[in-house]
Parts: sequence; structure tokens; C-alpha cells
Amino acid sequence: MKFTGTAHKYGRDIDTDVIIPARYLNTSDPFELAKHCMEDLDAGFVSKVEPGDILVADENFGCGSSREHAPISIKAAGVSVVIAKSFARIFYRNAINTGLPIMEAPEAVDGISDGDRVSVDADAGTITNETTGVTYTAQPFPPFIKDIIEKGGLIEAVKEKLGA
Amino acid sequence: MIPLPGKTIAEKIFSNHSGTDARAGDIVVADVDFVMGQDGTTPLAIRALANMGVTEVFDPEKVAVVMDHSSPSPLEGVSALHTMMREFGKQTGCTVYDVGEGVCHQLIPEKGHVVPGDLMVGCDSHTCTYGALNVFSTGVGSTDGAAAMASGKLWFKVPDTMKVTYEGALQPGVFSKDLILYLAGQIGVDGATYEAIEFHGPVIDELSVEARMTISNMAIEVGAKAGLMKADAKTLQWFEGRGEKTPNPQDPDPDAAYARELTIDASAIGPQVAKPHAVDNVSPIEEVEGTPIAEGVLGTCTNGRLEDLAIAASILKGRRVHPDVRFIVAPASRQILLDAIAAGYIQTLVEAGAALVTPGCGPCVGTHNGVPSDGENVISTANRNFKGRMGNSNAFIYLGSPATVAASVIEARITDPRKYFAG
Repeated sequence: MKFTGTAHKYGRDIDTDVIIPARYLNTSDPFELAKHCMEDLDAGFVSKVEPGDILVADENFGCGSSREHAPISIKAAGVSVVIAKSFARIFYRNAINTGLPIMEAPEAVDGISDGDRVSVDADAGTITNETTGVTYTAQPFPPFIKDIIEKGGLIEAVKEKLGA
Repeated sequence: MIPLPGKTIAEKIFSNHSGTDARAGDIVVADVDFVMGQDGTTPLAIRALANMGVTEVFDPEKVAVVMDHSSPSPLEGVSALHTMMREFGKQTGCTVYDVGEGVCHQLIPEKGHVVPGDLMVGCDSHTCTYGALNVFSTGVGSTDGAAAMASGKLWFKVPDTMKVTYEGALQPGVFSKDLILYLAGQIGVDGATYEAIEFHGPVIDELSVEARMTISNMAIEVGAKAGLMKADAKTLQWFEGRGEKTPNPQDPDPDAAYARELTIDASAIGPQVAKPHAVDNVSPIEEVEGTPIAEGVLGTCTNGRLEDLAIAASILKGRRVHPDVRFIVAPASRQILLDAIAAGYIQTLVEAGAALVTPGCGPCVGTHNGVPSDGENVISTANRNFKGRMGNSNAFIYLGSPATVAASVIEARITDPRKYFAG
């Protein structure tokens, strides 16, 4: 899996309440949720994200609530991959289960500024800041996680297994 | 051969539920004793089940869905989701707790759905609450919840355990909420990410079961997967008359291997307050005393139990909520509301000026029941003060104990409750 896009960079402890506030959980439609993604932190987020763009953050991304609407809204907003120094436990699992690629790469986060062009090769485990020309390494996805993400989430992966 | 060390509570419960000699770091597939979802998360789980073509749950006796986050419904969209949950209950035979029953994290143990030694998952991050009852309980997303509802199994990584021991004794006017806020301030919101915490020591032993639940409830606020305690005589007594299941308490072995150990002198801790917008932004109350407040909240899965209402009522008896303050009280369950009515606490709180709302999550998640205005400060007994948490990203949320909230709503400013406990 390869992704290229503009980096949108945020700080540490980005919680699921700012990713998608509970007042919008009256729908489970991904594109309705995406309209409000990151709204309480950065009201301009949704309008500036182009399809394929990359969300970059410091430690503990996705802390707080277990709401799966958080990775769903990020993915539906057009984000191709989230790169963070670390992820909160429930968000990590939810991202994989909903087919949102995530990578833990502390050095890459330090080396990427807001607005940089970034390309990611998730299979090779490399993250390149095209703006600075520096390449960083990250843990590639293990095969079973790659399989789930490629199929668009755990449900689709299970359906395919059941159907086979 | 060097013998393996003893086991933590987490390792014992995962061993019992996976048929393996489970050790920290192992990936196991385990049988779950119960699966729960609430009205924010269950609709996605129902959709996931439908998408997989699953029409039954693995055991209707072991699944419950709870309408607590937006209850009664404030919006058409939520009403439709509630209808979806009721229909799911009829279709699968699982338990449905409808409007007015209370917060999921009160109902699941209160109704005896789990007992010490159990393993359960819930589609809500504060599922860790029942760790206080010696249940390994943890929050998962809707897809994992759906998988567990369908199969009764889920994969887990057995967590390392951090041992936290509270030595000494609590000062008058200081409560279990202050203990867990203090810990959050010490280790930070990611201080125990991917780990379980075991809480030990004479201070924990002295606490009531209700007060212990406040501590385990907030284990997630330091990133933990679970916040576990031993089951003692108080725990077992608490479960008497709450259902048919037999407790199977799991104590840690004396030589259990802990990833880290932390000892805290509780005698030195005063009332603590978490300031906006992070749960680890904690100060001793002296540093925030006098901060004006426009709203107070007593309730939630953290502090909406009978003892919490009793503490607030003891302070507000014969006193008045300040006219510039809205004081919202949400008992954690219908049973707690009934018990609080019988004990006179509701009379006291409402006479003092409280606005009583339906048992449930109350205004904690910002869907209804008291969204603050721009620029307002709120003092709440809840567990989260993230920006926008209560429905307005321009409001400021402070977290404290029920005593701190009760003392503060009288004066319309953050107030040290210890003056009500002197002598």
C-alpha cells in the first residue's frame, strides 16, 4: 500500500471527542460523520483535506472514548493514513477494524511539518518527506493487518472468509 | 528449570478464559462472559452484524444493550437509533435497558450480569469500571463488540500490569475520586497505555465497593486496558442478591511479575481538580479555589452512585445552590434514584436547587441535559474534560469529587470541601 499527500500535523493526546464530538453520533453514515471530523480542534480541517492527505500527530492519538466513529470519520474525510508517535489502545484496534491505515513512527513525526508533502510505502515500512527529502523507517504492517486494511476493515475481511 | 513467576489478576483471568497458561504479552483467543453496547456504539455493531449476515447473538443471556448516552432521545436521529436497538433486542432476545434504567456501567454489575473472575467487553471505553469488582472488563469498538456478540470470543493481547499501592489513610473531605485524579496527574493520560493496573493497599481495602468503582472507571483516563482490584468480603457481600452467577475471585499471586510498581501516600493527598482540557492537568484544589463556575454536574458512571449522592446531600442539607449556578444531578441508575429518594437525598438536593435529570449519562457527553454556554466554567464529577466534551468547545470543564462539586455549587466558585468535614 502506497500513499502520497499533504501532511496535516497536530499535537499529542488528540482525543476521540475532538475527532468526532458525541453530539454528531446520531448517525452512522461515514460521510455525515466526516463533515465534522476534527471540528472542535481545527474547524478548517475538513475543507483543507484533499483525498489521500496524511494526518500526523504526536503521542497517544485517539485517546478517550471507544467510538469507532472516530477512525470512520477520518477515513471518510479523505485521510489515507495516520502517522503518530503512538496510538491509544482502543483507537489502534478500531482503526484496523475499520480499514484506516495507521503507522507508529516517532522520528517521522518529528521530521514532518504541517503542509509538507509526504509519501508512505506501508509494505516497505518507509515514510518519505518529499519536501525535505528525508526518508524514515516505520514498522511495516504484519500480513494479517495488511489483509484487513486492504479489504476495507474486519467485517469485509470476515465476509470474504465466510464466503470463500 | 527456573519456575515461572506467579500471575497477576489479568494473567489469571485470561488463563481461565483461554485454556492456556496466559502470560503478559501473549495473544490469546478468550471466551467472554458478557458483551455490552450503549446507544452511541451499538448501532454500528448492529450494522456490522447485519453486514456479516449474522442474525443471532452467541447467547442472549450474555448480551445487553443500554440507552444511556442520549436518553430520553433529544433528536429524531437518535430516536431512530434507539428503535434499531429495541428491534435488535426483540430479534436476538438480548437484554435491552431502555430510557430511564441508567448508565451501562452501573447496570451491568448492579443487575448481576458479571461477577468476580469474569471477562467481559463493552462498546464503551469506561467498561473498565468493573475492574473494581475483580472483573477483567475492557472497552472495545463496535466491530470488536459485534464479533464478540456473534461468537462469544475475541482475541486479546494479555497486558503487562502496573501495580499501584495507596498507603496511609484518606483525610476527611478527600475521596476515591481525588486518588485517581492524583494518579492521572502523576503518570499522565498515556501513563499506562496497553497495560492493566492493579490497585492495592490499605486505602483501597477501606473504601466502599462504590468508591472503588470510581477509581477503576478512570483507569482508561491513563490509557489502561483495565483497572483491577481483588475481591474481598465487601465485594462478595455487594453481589449478594444480584443474580444467579457464582463469583470466582482471582487474587494475584504474591510473586506475580509486575511491569512497574508505584506507591502513593494517600495521607498527603487533598482534594484534586483536573483543569481544562485534559484529565492529567491536575492541581491540588488550593491552586484553583475561587475559579468562578456557572454549572455543576453530579452523576455519571464515575460518581453517580448512592454514596456520591449522600456526600453531596450531606453538604447541601439546609443550604442553597448559588443563584448563578445550574446544578444538574443524574443518578447512575433507576435503583440508585429509588434508594436516594428513600434515603431523602433527592429531597435534600432538589430543595437546595438541583435540577434532577433522567438516570443515564446526563450532560457528560454533550448530547443533551446541560450543554454549557461559550466561555462558561463547569465543575463536574465526570471522568473527562476534553475540549467540547459537554457539547460546546468554547466551555471549560473542571473535574472533582462529589464533595468538591457540592461545595462549589453553593458558592459559584471552586471550593475546598474540607470545611464541611472538619471536626
